Amino acid sequence: MNDMSVAAEQQALLDQFLVQNKLFFAPDPEIMENHRIEARSAVEEQLLSQPVDPHKVNEVRGLIIAALDESNTMIEQMGAAPGAKWGDMTTAIFTAAGDLSMIAPHGVGGFAAAVFYPIKFINKYWAHEPTVGVRDGDGFIHNDARYGGIHNTDQSMMMPVFWKGRLVCWLSATIHEGENGSCEPGGMPAAAESKFDEGLKMPPFRIVENFELKRDLVTFLQNSVRDPKLQLEDMKVRLHSVLRLRQRIIKVLEEHGEEALIITLRKHIEDVVVEVRRRIRELPDGTMRTISFADSTLRENVLLKLNMAITVKGERMIVDMRGTSPELLNRSINAAQASFKTMLFTGYMQNIWPDLPFTMAVFTPFEFIFDNNSLINGSFETPQAMSLIPLFKTMTIACIPMAKFNFSLPQRYTAIVAPQYDQPATLIYGGLTQHGEYVGNFCADINGMGQGGRGHRDGEHSVSPPFAAHCDLGEIELMEEDLPMVRLGAFTLARDRVGFGKMRSGLGYEQIHTFRRSGLWGFMTGCSGSLFSSAMPLFGGYASPTYPLCKIKGINIFDELKNNPEKFKFDVIELMNTQPFENAQYSTHNMGMTFELAQPGELYMMCQGAGGGYGDVLQREPAQVMQDIEEDLISPDTARDIYKVVFDERSRIVDVDATQQLRDDERRARMARGVPFDEFVKTWTTPEPPASLPFMGAWSDPSTVYGIQAGTRVTMPGSALQSQFMLNPKDVLIATLQAENEALKARLGASAG
Amino acid sequence: MKVLITENLRIDLERERWECRACSGDLIGARDNYKRGLLVYNRDPREIHKPLLDPQKYAITYAPNPDWCRILEYYCPHCGTMIETEYLPPGHPPVHDIELDIDALRLQWQGREEVREPTMLREPPRPHVHGPGVAHLEPIRGLPGARP
Ligand SMILES: [Zn+2]
Repeated sequence: MNDMSVAAEQQALLDQFLVQNKLFFAPDPEIMENHRIEARSAVEEQLLSQPVDPHKVNEVRGLIIAALDESNTMIEQMGAAPGAKWGDMTTAIFTAAGDLSMIAPHGVGGFAAAVFYPIKFINKYWAHEPTVGVRDGDGFIHNDARYGGIHNTDQSMMMPVFWKGRLVCWLSATIHEGENGSCEPGGMPAAAESKFDEGLKMPPFRIVENFELKRDLVTFLQNSVRDPKLQLEDMKVRLHSVLRLRQRIIKVLEEHGEEALIITLRKHIEDVVVEVRRRIRELPDGTMRTISFADSTLRENVLLKLNMAITVKGERMIVDMRGTSPELLNRSINAAQASFKTMLFTGYMQNIWPDLPFTMAVFTPFEFIFDNNSLINGSFETPQAMSLIPLFKTMTIACIPMAKFNFSLPQRYTAIVAPQYDQPATLIYGGLTQHGEYVGNFCADINGMGQGGRGHRDGEHSVSPPFAAHCDLGEIELMEEDLPMVRLGAFTLARDRVGFGKMRSGLGYEQIHTFRRSGLWGFMTGCSGSLFSSAMPLFGGYASPTYPLCKIKGINIFDELKNNPEKFKFDVIELMNTQPFENAQYSTHNMGMTFELAQPGELYMMCQGAGGGYGDVLQREPAQVMQDIEEDLISPDTARDIYKVVFDERSRIVDVDATQQLRDDERRARMARGVPFDEFVKTWTTPEPPASLPFMGAWSDPSTVYGIQAGTRVTMPGSALQSQFMLNPKDVLIATLQAENEALKARLGASAG
Repeated sequence: MKVLITENLRIDLERERWECRACSGDLIGARDNYKRGLLVYNRDPREIHKPLLDPQKYAITYAPNPDWCRILEYYCPHCGTMIETEYLPPGHPPVHDIELDIDALRLQWQGREEVREPTMLREPPRPHVHGPGVAHLEPIRGLPGARP
């Protein structure tokens, strides 16, 4: 019996056995690595091969969009999560195969552009699984980004719509919930060292039967988080907004028939694919490259490189991310490939093609190349709770190469824009409220990052998060009713913290946080960009500055305000530089702070970030520079030193001739100090990163990647990246202090001897 | 025929040369890295992003750390316009950011009319206010592919 081949019958038996005895339904790479829309189903093929009435499609589309808007508004009105009050949610509709077709007009599209992955998982695995199945009246919940998502704070409700016994589409509602039972409050733990520190990790499972939440499973979820009230309320909110949406879709089916719905959902995404191919075709062929750095793992400062090369060839667009930093096995800032694609897509929709319908089909013509086990193609095992560190950069990184592709075009789809601030500069809090409830969540300031300078005008201040144009900053008074936090300073734009340029960036505002009436309260921040500028500039502008976290501890500011109110200034820089309170400790830190408990009345102060500047500062109109001073965006020193404007400080009248002279002098000075490129590179470029710099990613050749394995620099081929393991920062500190101690002892011993 | 590539650069297709848009100065062959036609200066980032907090008191001051971050400023050798900036760790090779297929570019522009000034976006209509505080936004119609 040497014949190892099996008969077809035996093979079928074997296959069936393997399907029935699958050990674990882990995320399926076949689903998770495929961002494209599915081929037409038999029904779609049959319907779309006939002539289609565009008026009918438009009518049905209008009805669906109105229904999505209504259900999204329901979440906004009823949602309990802070995020829901500021617009961090959406509802969406998908084809029967699970392709995202449309989102609510004011929704956060990234949520829906990630939810098609779990829907495809349900279709593939649960629909035919005898113990699960997909039936009318079912609803599925999900939050684990490894099965599709941005991060595990976001919870979705997904519901199939049946018509005449057949699945015709899927609906979803997603909210950024925040709290999810992770090792730090608020659901985005920087301290997570493995995925088991991340709290709830829900693959898609059924939580609704016969249109009702199953109370046993709801209780299990409530029991797993710090805020059981929030968990229950928002599960109800998501269910009922999806039920309303379903009601409207049933109405469309009754009035227009299932054919009209199926045609509209499918035609909508196919048209987008055709249009995107046309847009790629009109770009010049070639490769544009850019790099971006995050300077923190949120536990230690490390320089993590994102390496991007975009190639256009005919109607192909190839995004090559090889040479990016390797993944970190015990740090929470890794992102899955699917999360990366979703956020890159979100960035295209915000900055490059905002006029296109918001459907992931936009990326169907795109091709991607990743190194395996890189920071943005993290493996299943890596913690990803703070994936926002690379993902916020992902949302803006393509602005630069795409501006270089788009600039030549005879027409524009939107402005040419420099990157928006690309880190989540917001305070995260947790503890016991004045109402005796345990909570953990984040502040709405994340929704107000400064925009980059634009080709035709300056960037907007504190305008939006980089992932959606229409999120809100929330009401501080409302927050103060629910939470013990008090905001002593807010909405004061951070003067001189600007991406300078011909068109300057928008600014972020300062935030001065404290709390009272709680015996157990603390803060955390999860943000990089304290050593290396975060938001990169465009076409010769300057980047955002770097930002520290500032603390004033050892005081109770409420006592100071009562006894010496004149000492307090609503200005972070003045407070820190003048140090008005005796016996207080003043300190600055990088913006990655794991959760720490605070005392009532201590101050934690930070800024939202500015975007990148656009163009040469010497080309900025002197009148605009004066306007910046008038609006207190820059100091007179900045006007003189950076923009080279000569003016009378009291009247702000520009001396036109003297300014011309000063600017001409500066241009001559540039030509005198600048060195021809080839000559410059000889002395500038080093074969590898400086020994003192903890660098991760490719240096010159993208196929050789640097990493830090347990404190030691290593290199590896990009094709075989090793997961990096970081030392405990406390161990590193202890070792440093011990060494210092030994040295001091030795010195003392020597002098005694 | 000249093709605009960035705010500060264009390519003369006949001569296959990069040019500065500020002074029309000739830089280098269009098939070459344009940076090779420019002057470079290694700028201490603290000169641009000044320490706003007192460096005597604090290590982190709103200024980038010069051991981590440098600014490479690229100047036109003819007029001193700052064509490009690049934020890099010390010694990191400058990025070859623009690499165009010049033959494909020629073909593409055969059918196009020359664009001498960049197309800038026209601002959408701003809300005009009728009565106290009631804003009406004019919808933007007729854009191809516009969201309904
Ligand atoms: Zn020039």
